[in-house]
Amino acid sequence: MSETSPKHIRTPLARVRGYGAAHSGTGYFWRQRLTAVANIPLTIAAVIIIIMLLGRNQAAAAQILGSPLVAIIMLLFVASITAHMRVGMQVVIEDYVHDETAKLVLIMANTFFCIAVALASAYGIFKLSFGV
Amino acid sequence: MAETKAPAARPLSPHLQIYRLTLTMAMSIVHRITGVGLYYGTVLLVWWFLAAAAGPNAYAKFEWFTGSWIGRLILFGYTWALIHHMLGGIRHLIWDTGRGLGPGEREWLAAANLIGSIAITVVLWLFGLLAMGGTR
Repeated sequence: MSETSPKHIRTPLARVRGYGAAHSGTGYFWRQRLTAVANIPLTIAAVIIIIMLLGRNQAAAAQILGSPLVAIIMLLFVASITAHMRVGMQVVIEDYVHDETAKLVLIMANTFFCIAVALASAYGIFKLSFGV
Repeated sequence: MAETKAPAARPLSPHLQIYRLTLTMAMSIVHRITGVGLYYGTVLLVWWFLAAAAGPNAYAKFEWFTGSWIGRLILFGYTWALIHHMLGGIRHLIWDTGRGLGPGEREWLAAANLIGSIAITVVLWLFGLLAMGGTR
């Protein structure tokens, strides 16, 4: 470190990153917006598909849900909403849970829940598509 | 690194109870509550996918629940939460561009969010009940 002035006690790398005390940048903000934008058309499509399937029996529902276009839309929908809800719930936890241990445990549980929802849904959709 | 043990009694920023309730504030609170509701409601979505994948018996159980009055009530609330959160999200995306933040505009957007979410929910349920061929 060339500068020895007491004004600069942060390392050069920390200064270049410019994150300050937050330790991170706009990653979460951006991910929330990105998935929010993706959620709009995907949710509209998912709602239309759900209305189409109302009142149909399991065989018909399974056939439509497993068809390529519907299955891909539903997979994208699930991926986008689970990523979005993970970021959103993390903000809620960080706002209201001030105990450090409880906060970390809840943030982990949040991630586990979102991944479980995503993969369980994907399992169901793949099973319908491939008929295994 | 050593951690500071004794938490200093710092003043906290004032929370909800200190402000007069306004429409924009209410819509902000509802946006968060609907978000949390939608979060837990994804369990129903998972149940639906897995029931459809499992077979007729599992699907019948899911339909029994969603056809019951409590199931219908939950789904109606879920539909409204979804639409309200989506319209609220669109409002936030508009705000992200720096537009719609004026005093008149934000009141109008908040009212449109609430009225729009109720109207769209009712229309979707009318479509849904029509698709099912009556209330069963």
